Amino acid sequence: MESVGNLILYFVVALVIVVCSVLTVTTRQILRSATYLLFVLFATAIIYFQMDYAFLGAVQIAVYAGGIVVLFVFAILLTHQPGKDAQRIESSRRVLGAVAALLGVAVCGYALFTYANFCGRQLAQMPELDIAKIGTWLLSTDKFGYLLPFEAISVLLLACIIGGVVIARRR
Amino acid sequence: MNLTLLMYLVPSLIMFGCGVYGFLTRKNMIAIMISLELMLNSVDINFVVFNRYLFPEQMEGMFFTLFAIALAAAETALALAIIINVFRVARKVDINQLTKLKF
Repeated sequence: MESVGNLILYFVVALVIVVCSVLTVTTRQILRSATYLLFVLFATAIIYFQMDYAFLGAVQIAVYAGGIVVLFVFAILLTHQPGKDAQRIESSRRVLGAVAALLGVAVCGYALFTYANFCGRQLAQMPELDIAKIGTWLLSTDKFGYLLPFEAISVLLLACIIGGVVIARRR
Repeated sequence: MNLTLLMYLVPSLIMFGCGVYGFLTRKNMIAIMISLELMLNSVDINFVVFNRYLFPEQMEGMFFTLFAIALAAAETALALAIIINVFRVARKVDINQLTKLKF
């Protein structure tokens, strides 16, 4: 049996996710769209905290909400006049997008509600997960170690930095 | 009432649907990137929730999400650099007006 606070938190988070994701893609002012995306990302971080992955929630807030959304806001303010609406989407395109999205959601939802027998699972007890354990796993080379992806992603970030400098350099 | 796995998958599914809709209908390149972030984020939720509910002793989903977040950050930074550069050259960011590379 779940505690009442947890249930209320879940419903608030689910409502925020649903409403703000719809608003993100339907609002015509792009800065508002970025703001709604920020709310969605915060709600996602709360889900991670609810799942007891505290480190992941912190990473989500620091990288997504603190880094990516700020980048978006910078890019929007550099390329748009504030307060100006985007051009109206033609209705044929909108219908096409809505049909594609609804079709995908309907197929996945049907599969979820009818076939999946794992959907009724309860939250099981999880062994204590501290930062030291995560760090050891990230840098170990045995069966559940993640040293190779860790190094690969460092090389990728280096490539990203160099690429950013090369692209943004004034010729 | 208990919080089951399904109750976390449904908001994530709706988020993904919104991302698909925005990706297909938006004209603005930055708005397309924002829709892409929505889709990535919903997939991250799925990884974490499946990991936590079905295999609580293992950590694969969590680490996958960790790496996916880092990848998303790198990809967004690069894409926004490209978009700003395109804006510097063409003074616009709408994909239906950017036809300079079209043959």
